[in-house]
Amino acid sequence: MQFPESWLRSLVNPALDTAQLAHALTMAGLEVEALAPAAPAFSNVVVAEILSAEKHPDADRLRVCQVDVGEAAPVTIVCGAPNAAAGLKVPCARPGAELPGIEIKVAKVRGVESFGMLCSTKELGLEGAADGLMVLPADAPVGEDLRSWLNLNDTLITLKLTPNRADCLSLQGLAREVGAITGAEVRLPQIVEVAPSIQDAMPVQVMASEACPRYLARMVRGIDAQAATPRWMAQRLERSGIRPLLAPIDITNYVLLELGQPMHAFALSRLHGTIEVRLARAGETLKLLDGQVIELAPDMLVIADAGGPVALAGIMGGQPTSVERFSVDVMLEAAFFAPAAIAGRARRLGLSTDSSHRFERGVDFGATREAMERATQLLLDICGGQPGPITEAVAELPRRAPITLRLPRLTRVAGIELDADQVARDLAAIGAEVERQDDRLVVTPPSFRFDLAIEEDLIEEAVRLFGYDNIPAQPPAAPSRMLPQDETVLADDTLRQMMVDLDYQEVITYSFVDPAWEAAFDAGARPLLLANPIASQLSAMRTTLWGGLIETLRHNLNRQQARVRIFELGRVYVSLAGQPMRLGGLIYGDALPEQWGAPSRRVDFFDLKGDLERLFGHALDARSGVHPALHPGQCAELWADGRSIGWIGSLHPRLVQAFDLPATPVLFELDSLVLARRSLPRYATLSRFPQMQRDLAFVLDVHTPAGELLAALREAAADRVRSIEVFDDYRGKGMTENQKSLAIRVVMQDTERTLTDQEVDDAVQKLVDAALRQCNAPLRV
Amino acid sequence: MRNPNEIVADALAAIQTSPDLPTLEQVKAAYLGKSGQITELLKSLGAMPADARKAAGARINEAKQAVEAALKARREVLQEAELDRHLTAETLDVSLPGRGLGQGGLHPVSKTLARIQALFRTIGFEVATGPEVETDFYNFTALNIPEDHPARAMHDTFYLQSGELLRTHTSPVQVRHMQTHQPPLRIIAPGRVYRCDSDVTHTPMFHQIEGLWVDESVSFADLKGVLADFMRNFFERDDLPVRFRPSFFPFTEPSAEMDIGCVMCGGEGCRVCSHTGWLEVLGCGMVHPNVFKHVDIDTERFIGFAFGLGVERLAMLRYGVDDLRLFFENDLRFLKQFN
Repeated sequence: MQFPESWLRSLVNPALDTAQLAHALTMAGLEVEALAPAAPAFSNVVVAEILSAEKHPDADRLRVCQVDVGEAAPVTIVCGAPNAAAGLKVPCARPGAELPGIEIKVAKVRGVESFGMLCSTKELGLEGAADGLMVLPADAPVGEDLRSWLNLNDTLITLKLTPNRADCLSLQGLAREVGAITGAEVRLPQIVEVAPSIQDAMPVQVMASEACPRYLARMVRGIDAQAATPRWMAQRLERSGIRPLLAPIDITNYVLLELGQPMHAFALSRLHGTIEVRLARAGETLKLLDGQVIELAPDMLVIADAGGPVALAGIMGGQPTSVERFSVDVMLEAAFFAPAAIAGRARRLGLSTDSSHRFERGVDFGATREAMERATQLLLDICGGQPGPITEAVAELPRRAPITLRLPRLTRVAGIELDADQVARDLAAIGAEVERQDDRLVVTPPSFRFDLAIEEDLIEEAVRLFGYDNIPAQPPAAPSRMLPQDETVLADDTLRQMMVDLDYQEVITYSFVDPAWEAAFDAGARPLLLANPIASQLSAMRTTLWGGLIETLRHNLNRQQARVRIFELGRVYVSLAGQPMRLGGLIYGDALPEQWGAPSRRVDFFDLKGDLERLFGHALDARSGVHPALHPGQCAELWADGRSIGWIGSLHPRLVQAFDLPATPVLFELDSLVLARRSLPRYATLSRFPQMQRDLAFVLDVHTPAGELLAALREAAADRVRSIEVFDDYRGKGMTENQKSLAIRVVMQDTERTLTDQEVDDAVQKLVDAALRQCNAPLRV
Repeated sequence: MRNPNEIVADALAAIQTSPDLPTLEQVKAAYLGKSGQITELLKSLGAMPADARKAAGARINEAKQAVEAALKARREVLQEAELDRHLTAETLDVSLPGRGLGQGGLHPVSKTLARIQALFRTIGFEVATGPEVETDFYNFTALNIPEDHPARAMHDTFYLQSGELLRTHTSPVQVRHMQTHQPPLRIIAPGRVYRCDSDVTHTPMFHQIEGLWVDESVSFADLKGVLADFMRNFFERDDLPVRFRPSFFPFTEPSAEMDIGCVMCGGEGCRVCSHTGWLEVLGCGMVHPNVFKHVDIDTERFIGFAFGLGVERLAMLRYGVDDLRLFFENDLRFLKQFN
């Protein structure tokens, strides 16, 4: 909400300067978002009258003016403005004046001495462009300082009001609040009842009295809608961000700003029959003031006449019945629409009006009549006319029930004891009725406060008026209980650090991705889709982290980064119940950073697999599988505890091409909860006896995975076999095309004694038998 | 028989002129080897008459010892020289960089999240998490934001076609946690949140940390104490000014916004603080009784406070980042600045 400081000060004028007032408002919860001067700084500019304007003897486009600046004799000013003419009242900058960017001095202009400058709005900094002198009204007092006459030493205050403080959406409400927080006297506008001079009463029928508990209508006949809006009113409207349009409309807008009561003026000649306040009927439409035709929903409250809806109650009037320049008779409306009957409707229609904004939050239902009287009086003063009597339909208005505030509870919540009398005085200052009963206050809030209904509301109000800053900030005392630390689960931060130590850079990418990516990774994917994405490329909830990782790779390749190693730890989204945490990573480019001491080599599958093995701290159960996004021959499914936990592989060549990548990245993604699970270390006796080592070479079909042979060997191994590892994969000379040779190192050791050659040979024989039996892999001879 | 003295003189000369260890070993063999000159002298003793043998033997032994001593000394000298040569040959240019992998790094938002969590853990806050695809109930209704409440308009919610929504704040975690845990409770809930808003100062996804403390005796004064303590420790500024302003959140009452003195200009006024000297850093308040009612917590017995802060904002202030969008562009040149 924006308003001029001068308007507020006309109602309440605390002994605070602008900055102090703004601070007081902010600290009371009415956050001042901006303070802006009503006009840029300039000095020594007065109202002047051009007495004569003669062509400059030596310049076609200049005129020599005799100007009355309120002194005994006129002064001579040379002026280039096309509209300079005798009889005009204009601003005149006197010698010594400082305007935005210029200083005015007595100067000769083409040989004629000029004692000042006549100004346009642009030269005064009031507007960005101007095509001539700023023309002042004929009644402008010559010689008067322009700033004070136009009230330019004013400040525009913009408040960022919270939705609970609808009572501060008016100057009257703000004045009351400022009075309560500063103790300054509040002088609200005097509102008098306007006696009807005609007897025509508007026929009104409220059919939805719960949604509209109070409805007031009054006709005023014979107005001059084209009467000029007074300068003070136009100025207050403009400085509150509302453009003056037409006097009757300006008046309703003024009352809205002044009292917080949205009003509407209908062209009476366009209304037929009884005014009904009712819910819209199926199929009804309404052309709004802004020109759009809306379809009304059955939960929308309308004002209707015999011909159907004429206004969307509390939100916007209809165009056909709106007041216009030639309107002579008008109907003024002031009503209380229940917040629940208005809330959400405007938003559904993509509208937000000053009226709906207030009704949604709560308009003072105790002051509807005052607003009607105020608007009528202003209308009569400005546009003339004959007022009729007020038609008022009242049903069940909201009640302000007394609320009990227990003082000990207040102390408990606030953390310090507030003085009960002071609390009572503060609550009374905001307009509540307060009664003290022992250690409690019984408080009846005023009708304009929709945010005070329960004890907590009063606690907040009491603390607010006491001042949040006056509550001490104390370190709380709490029992010193230790937090549990599960040693068998690694924290996410630990997983991140492990990746960092493996030379991966963490990235954070959007959870919503291009649906095309999802389809590219898995044609069968059915990601959750956003109903209202900010862009179609951000409309699908990711089911894999790979999209973001590849996009990050592309972004960085475009920025000359040739080696990229990145990871992300985050959720993927399958359903409300399925939003598992995943760890995903991607490597691309050289295996090592460019360096003098190691040969350059591109990353491959086994670089990434090695990183994962280090991450898990043990060998992986990686089985060949088929993933639509991965190279079918360089891809493995990761298993743990009998279930699939993720994938690792080179990006499928088709996708490498589709994403326009110069080379192939290797990626993985896995369930991070499985990765985080660790077993608690268990000590086993160290052997004091020597270990025995045997190297065996087996011949296998090239298609038999090494993992299959290792699994067979490990299964057949005796207890004393400590490890079985592959140390070579040989193909070529000595092998047929369908054969490969795997070299296996077997280490054996017993904790009790030194193994005999016979025992070692027996153990090896068992392994050899198992290899032959299960993998058809004989020893290489 | 040659005079042993002459032999020694010859030997010493040969030893001294030996340029390297192999030559020295040849010299040794020539004098002390199986058929070396001194060995030959010793062999000749057997043929000597017994009376002369003793004196000759003593002289020969002296000669032998002199040669051995000379050999040893020369050997040490040569070994030392040999080592020096090796050392010189093996000398590295230690100014060259080391070998191997590079070092990765954490995203600045992760770094900030970790820092915030670490600070709150020191006073007993546990970490809780919750889903990001949420229901209307947890994101709004249970937090005392009924349908059509104007506060919903401030949230710019993303909805899913399936009817759920993306949580607009981390506050739903409060509700979920209180449904399954009994007070006293002290949790922080970090995570991603989403608002349908994208411009220079808004990204559609960002991070929040929610905090909740429920116990029989926590108060607004405690809330102020914890948060002031946090901000001063986060920014490592004991004298950091803080202030609390009344505000409105449907799920807390009293509600407050917390401001800190601008850490960029020290409160003098700058672009970052819009020349106010203050920065709005978080929203907080005492848990609203309607929230407790949704999770069956006795509002007479328990009081709670809650707060929610924007992680990117704190990261920007802490590290001097001036563009929010950088966090999600994942430009490695940006990210590596935080390693």
